[in-house]
Amino acid sequence: MGEYLTLFISAVIVNNFVLTRFLGMCIFFGVSKNLNASVGMGMAVTSVMTLSSIMAWLVYNFVLLPFNLTFLTTVVFVLLIASFVQLLEMVIKKSAPALYNMWGIYLLLIATNCVVLGVPLLNAESNYSLAKSIVHAIGSGAGFALAIVLMASLREKLRLADVPKALEGLGVAFILAGMLALSFLGFSGMISL
Amino acid sequence: MKELWDIYKKGIILENPIFVLALSLCPALAVTSTALNALTMGLTVLFVITANNVAVSLIRNFVNPKVRVPVYIVSIATIVTVVQLLLQAYFPLLYKALGIYLALVVVFAIILARAEVFASKNNVIRSFFDGLGMGSGFALAMVLIGTIREILGAGSFFGIKVMPASYDAPLMLILPAGAFILIGYLVGGCKMLVQYIEKSKA
Repeated sequence: MGEYLTLFISAVIVNNFVLTRFLGMCIFFGVSKNLNASVGMGMAVTSVMTLSSIMAWLVYNFVLLPFNLTFLTTVVFVLLIASFVQLLEMVIKKSAPALYNMWGIYLLLIATNCVVLGVPLLNAESNYSLAKSIVHAIGSGAGFALAIVLMASLREKLRLADVPKALEGLGVAFILAGMLALSFLGFSGMISL
Repeated sequence: MKELWDIYKKGIILENPIFVLALSLCPALAVTSTALNALTMGLTVLFVITANNVAVSLIRNFVNPKVRVPVYIVSIATIVTVVQLLLQAYFPLLYKALGIYLALVVVFAIILARAEVFASKNNVIRSFFDGLGMGSGFALAMVLIGTIREILGAGSFFGIKVMPASYDAPLMLILPAGAFILIGYLVGGCKMLVQYIEKSKA
């Protein structure tokens, strides 16, 4: 049990996907302008990440490894995730229109995204068991959600600040993310895997 | 000729993929702690984007628009896999340093964006120069970030010491936080440059 807890905490804060591994930058800077959108995006990413990690694990361990096809990992994972997200979008649209209205647009954005592709690749690289892959995916998703929600709250405050003209928009967002990364640095070394 | 040059040069400053379009930021932060890693990643992307632009441009009249995005993704993933295998075979150390980010070249927004916006509508030669220009802009930006981070953060350039021994390197520039802050200022600088170029044209 302890092993899983350490993996989870390490994925959420110590090896935070956004602030120490630099994945999902496009979504991180694109969506964090608005707090509500960030919460929705964080939840969408976490669920897609978990489901696609499970599928990727099954494909990797039951198809790619036995048939010695690991050189196809990248191609297979990209296609698997992109088609899975499209399918998920159709299912949600039909069965839960209210949910679709909330999440629909985010699903398309994450169909081909490094943050969602990154987790299955890392799982395959570290040879995690199915249970560990799931814990790792949920933790990484939670870490992403945490970072994007923090960033969105900071950026809402930033709107009142007087920023030099050249740094407006993206420039100051980067500097802000740097400060955030600096504070997450305090967690490094807390857990070593 | 003039037209091709214009297509090429727009990717370098005016539409620089990292500083102006703000696409593909993950590698700009993740693999720029040394100039060598940044250069390798830059050249990889330069190759992938050019090859993919040519491929997409060649098949643009046969692909049904409804399935174009999956087709582009397969094309990109194939080219990336080739680069991965080549680097693994000939430069195992670099392959290790780039790690997971090499596989993630597949989902770099800039590559898919150029296929969709440019290569699917233009002929092979124009698409080739567009890929070359965007790729060069990307590689230059990567090397710029990598050089600044390595010289200031580690006191060396391509692994060779350039700063005097008494130089006390601020470790922060090698760490994630430094990368974010440095790129923030570079984005601001590039914005000023673009505004200056546009003003002097008008």
